[in-house]
Amino acid sequence: MGAASAKTMPYWARGLAPLLGALAVLAMLQWIFGPMHFFVYLSSLVGVNVILAVSLNVVNGMTGQFSIGHAGFMAVGAYLSGLFSLAVKELNIRGLPATLSDQLLLLAAIGVGGVAAAACGFLVGLPSLRLKGDYLAIVTLGFGEIIRVVVQNTETLGGALGLSGIPQRSSFYMVWLWVFVTVLVARRIAGSSHGRSLWAIREDEVAAEAMGVDTTGYKVRSFVVSSFFAGVAGALFAHFVPIINPGSFTFVKSMEVVVMVVAGGLGSTTGAIVAAVCLTLLPEGMRSLFLRLGGEDASLAQKVDQIRMPIYGLLLVLLMLVRPQGLFGTREAWDVLPKWLSRRGPALKGPVA
Amino acid sequence: MTEGATQVLGERRPREPLLEVKELRVSYGAIKALHGITLSVGKGEVVALIGSNGAGKTSTLRAVSGMVKPAGGRITLAGADVTGLKPNLLVPRGMAHAPEGRGIFLNLSVLENLELGAYLRRDRAEVTKDAEYCFSLFPVLAERRKQQAATLSGGEQQMLAISRALMSRPTLLLLDEPSLGLAPQVVQTIFRILREVNGRGVSILLVEQNAHLALALADYGYVLETGELAMAGPGQELLASPEVRRAYLGE
Ligand SMILES: Nc1ncnc2c1ncn2[C@@H]1O[C@H](COP(=O)(O)OP(=O)(O)OP(=O)(O)O)[C@@H](O)[C@H]1O
Ligand SMILES: [Mg+2]
Repeated sequence: MGAASAKTMPYWARGLAPLLGALAVLAMLQWIFGPMHFFVYLSSLVGVNVILAVSLNVVNGMTGQFSIGHAGFMAVGAYLSGLFSLAVKELNIRGLPATLSDQLLLLAAIGVGGVAAAACGFLVGLPSLRLKGDYLAIVTLGFGEIIRVVVQNTETLGGALGLSGIPQRSSFYMVWLWVFVTVLVARRIAGSSHGRSLWAIREDEVAAEAMGVDTTGYKVRSFVVSSFFAGVAGALFAHFVPIINPGSFTFVKSMEVVVMVVAGGLGSTTGAIVAAVCLTLLPEGMRSLFLRLGGEDASLAQKVDQIRMPIYGLLLVLLMLVRPQGLFGTREAWDVLPKWLSRRGPALKGPVA
Repeated sequence: MTEGATQVLGERRPREPLLEVKELRVSYGAIKALHGITLSVGKGEVVALIGSNGAGKTSTLRAVSGMVKPAGGRITLAGADVTGLKPNLLVPRGMAHAPEGRGIFLNLSVLENLELGAYLRRDRAEVTKDAEYCFSLFPVLAERRKQQAATLSGGEQQMLAISRALMSRPTLLLLDEPSLGLAPQVVQTIFRILREVNGRGVSILLVEQNAHLALALADYGYVLETGELAMAGPGQELLASPEVRRAYLGE
C-alpha cells in the first residue's frame, strides 16, 4: 500500500485495509490447499505456534518480563472454547447456511477461549506484576501446573483421557486469519506509545517508573493481551485436533514457546514467527519422514517426540553461544523493508552499541 | 528556637510554598527509616537536605517523588494533596526526580535517555528544543548524543541524569547526591548549572553528602539524623553553625 493512499484513507479504513487484503489472500490459499488434509493440519499447528510465540514475545520480549506458563493460558482457551462448541454442536443459527453458521459459532468459541484466558491473565498478572522482580515467572509456572492438575481431575473436562468430540470446525483460513491479527496487534503495540512505554520498562523498570511510566498498568495490559492470544491459540488448536488432553498443555509446551521467543530474539516479532515456523516444522517433518520410512512401525516417529526437548536445548545452547541476542535481536523484517512498505518507524530500537 | 526536636536557626525568607511535607514516615518492613519529618520547599527556592549515611535522605526523596509509599504523613504539592501518588501522576504535576546512582537507561543512547525523560510530553517540537537546551548546558553530552549511556564517564552520566530530569519541564527538581563520586571540578560544573537552572525558576530539593557545597548553594537547609530532623536554617547560617561544622565539615 502506497504512502499517499494511506494518508488519504480514513483512520478506520487504514486498519481494515490490510485485514481485507489478508482475507482475500487467505481465501485463495484455502481454495488451493483446503483439500490437502495433512497440509492443513501441519499449517494449523504452525499457525497456532506462531500465535503463541508472537503473543509471548509481547511479554517476554517487548516488556522484559518472564512468563513461563503460556501453555496454561492456551489450555484455558482450548477447554473453555471446546466446552462451548460441544454445547452448541447441534445448533444452527437460523437463516444461515450450515457452514457459515458453523464458522460464526467457531468465532464465538474462540472469543470465549480468548476472553477467559485474558481474564486469567489479569488475575495472575495483577498481583505478580505489581512487584518488581521475577515473581511473574514463579506465578505463571504455578498457574500452568494448577490448570493442568485441575483439568486432569475434572470429569466434565475429560480428565486425563481428554476431551473429544469437539466439532472440527477450524480451517487453514481461520488459523491464519488469527495469525495475521496477532501479528498485526503485536506490531501496532510495538509502534505505538504503548510500545514506547514497554521499551522503557524493558530497559530499566525503576528508571521508567521515575520518568512517569505507569509500569504496573502497562505490564498488566501487555500480559492480558498476550494471554488473550494464547487463549485464541488454544481455541484454534481444540478445533482441529481430534482430542485435547492435559498432555498437550504441560510445562514442556510452555518451554517450547519460550525457546521459540528466545531463539527468534527477545523483542522481535519477526524472530518469533521464524523460530515458531522452524521449530514446529522440524519435529513434525522428522516425524512424518520416519513414519514414511518406518511404515507401520511408529516407534521411530515416537522417538522424535522423546528427543525433541534435548534437541531444543542443544539448539538453544548453540544459538546462545553463537548469537546470544537470538536470530533477529530486537530487529524486525519490516525495519529493513523499503520505506513505503513499512508505514511506521521502528519503535523498539535495539541497543546502541 | 526549637520546633519539636529540631533546632531551628535564623529566619527563613518567606516564599510561596511549593512542596510541603508534614510528619512524613517511611518504613521498609520492620525498619523505620523516617520517624515523621516536616519540611518545605518554596517557589524558586533551593533547599538542601544533608545528613550522614543511612540518615534517610534518599527515603525522603523517594517518598516525595512517589517511588515508595509513605507509612504516614502528608505531602502537598502546589496546594494539592499528593500523598501516596505514583510518579506517573506526579511527573505531570511538575515533579522530576534524578535518583541516587543516577538511574539512567544504560543500554540507551544519550538522546534516547532524554527522549524518555520527556515521556509524558506530547509537544514533540518543544521536546527537541529542550534537548538542545540540555546540550547547551552540558556540551560534553552534545558530542555524545548517539553514544550509549553505559559508556559515559560517571560525571557525564550525572549530567545526563540531571538533563533527563529537566526534560519533563519540572517546577520541582529532586536531586539525590549529584556530586557522588565525581572530581571536584565536575562537581563545580554541575553546581554552576544547578544555579542556572534555578535561575530559570525551577525549585530544587537537593540531597547531598557534600554539605559545604550544598549549603553554599541552598537558600535553606535541613539536617537529617537517623530519620529525624536535627536542624534547620538558612544555608549560610547552617554552614556557620558549630554543630554542622563539627559533624559534616570535619572541623
Ligand atoms: N529498600 C530498603 N529496604 C530496607 N531498608 C532500606 C531500604 N532502603 C533504605 N533502607 C534503610 O533505610 C535507612 C535510610 O536509608 P536511606 O537510603 O534513605 O539513607 P540515606 O540518607 O540516603 O543514606 P546515604 O547517604 O548512604 O545514601 C537505612 O537504614 C537503610 O538501611
Ligand atoms: Mg542516599
